[in-house]
Amino acid sequence: MTSTLSPLVRPGLGGGLGDVVRSRFLLKLLVRKELKVRYRGSVLGLLWSYVKPGVQFVVFYVALGVFLGLERSPKNPDGLANYAVYLFSGIVLINFFTEALGNAARSIVGNGGLIKKIYLPRELFPVASVWVSAVHFFPQLVVLLIGCVVSGWRPNLLQLSAAVAGFIIVALLATGLGLLFGAANVYFRDSENIVDMLLMIATWASPVMYSWTMVRDKLGEGFYSVYQANPVTVGVEAFHYAFWLPTTDQSAGIPPHLLSLWIPVGLAVSIVTLLLGQLTFRRLEGRFAQEL
Amino acid sequence: MDTAIEVRNINKQFVLRHTRSIKEALVWLAKGRRGDLSEKFHALHDVSLDIQQGETVALLGFNGSGKSTLLKHISGVMLPDSGSVRTRGRVAGLIEVGAGFHHDLSGRENVYLNGAILGMSEEQINERFDSIVEFAEIGQFIDTEVKFYSSGMYLRLAFSVAVHTDPEVFLVDEILAVGDEPFQKKCIRKIKELAAAGKTLVVVSHDLDLVAKICARGVLLDHGNVVFDGDIDDAVAKLRSA
Repeated sequence: MTSTLSPLVRPGLGGGLGDVVRSRFLLKLLVRKELKVRYRGSVLGLLWSYVKPGVQFVVFYVALGVFLGLERSPKNPDGLANYAVYLFSGIVLINFFTEALGNAARSIVGNGGLIKKIYLPRELFPVASVWVSAVHFFPQLVVLLIGCVVSGWRPNLLQLSAAVAGFIIVALLATGLGLLFGAANVYFRDSENIVDMLLMIATWASPVMYSWTMVRDKLGEGFYSVYQANPVTVGVEAFHYAFWLPTTDQSAGIPPHLLSLWIPVGLAVSIVTLLLGQLTFRRLEGRFAQEL
Repeated sequence: MDTAIEVRNINKQFVLRHTRSIKEALVWLAKGRRGDLSEKFHALHDVSLDIQQGETVALLGFNGSGKSTLLKHISGVMLPDSGSVRTRGRVAGLIEVGAGFHHDLSGRENVYLNGAILGMSEEQINERFDSIVEFAEIGQFIDTEVKFYSSGMYLRLAFSVAVHTDPEVFLVDEILAVGDEPFQKKCIRKIKELAAAGKTLVVVSHDLDLVAKICARGVLLDHGNVVFDGDIDDAVAKLRSA
């Protein structure tokens, strides 16, 4: 019998995120399931992934761009050129982050029935949530690209790589925080409310609606650095650099040292968050089955 | 024969938390921490157990004796407070049939999802798919969403996926009451077949006549302690006389 060759092992001790890579097939099926059941029984189905950000965009554009005067117009020469593209390129990334973290934080409790009964790498659930959000992010990205092209988008290779880096930074951060809050949520359901609050702050703590220069002018250089240390801010600025800047006359400029300093810093902060999230998750997961 | 499952002096305590709200915690603090915020419950007490490959073991005992908790430790869903559990080869639990099923997916999608949850690879599921459907007697309904299945069909499909995972160690918790009588007989036949093929079987059931037919060894648990470990008929007789 070949099984006699396998050693005695302790069950229930997973290899963390490495196990997720090993169970790619299961991850794929979990993502497919999520995508399938998300809009079950709705007439518009996946179209909701376009409709919701579309409406959100129009509301913000009218309220902030037109009423509060952030958009550049003949009467308002200090505003941002192509504010619609500026706004939407930030919104798509923030939406991705909000959905990914919000769902990842609820994923462990939401799959409690399964976690209580069958052992499987539990990291799969937060990772699958982030993955599903990435799939929902894609159609929005297509809409953004169409908007960019219409506004005369001419990106260079560096700008495109900055967008990829921005997305990776935000995805890693969402996974790390998702592991952390998802695990904590098993013990204290307050966790998901904290996440909701954080997500509300995240939308405004990054230059999605306004320009980064406004922050620098009010905060001064010192506090501005703190503001810049937020990986979501870096991600949003990378998106502006990639999608918005090439549609303008490039006179607005980007935050100083975005490429040389802040993108690496954002990446580092996200990786540290991911490691911390994984560490906390592993410490807490041993008691998931009895606490759920 | 080699050891398939080795359980060494495991202890498990559950905290029965009375409260988790800040309000009640504050009241408790204000009262000078009188009383206990939580109450502990000893689910397993210094349990040791060795199961050889190919053995068929029944865990017996009344409700709350710790049978299912022990099974969850063997499957890895729970980790012991102290002591150790080690297993050899792939362990699959029929802990609760259909735990990984989703109502809005079709039977086919559920077979793949549940098979993967139970540790099968894509190729294995492809290969065994027809056999799974045939055993479950689902036929043309395989592409229907499982929410439209009758409860019997649902359980048959779930059981069928589980028995096709082909692990070295099989954990079975109260699932033999599946479907109508012909299907039940088929399930029992299948489980006996697995046992005859040299699979290790650990069964939890309250159906004493049934486990006596399937298993050779009985382990009797009482309030988290092993009180008897030996021949199945003696174990059943002891439980009946208790």
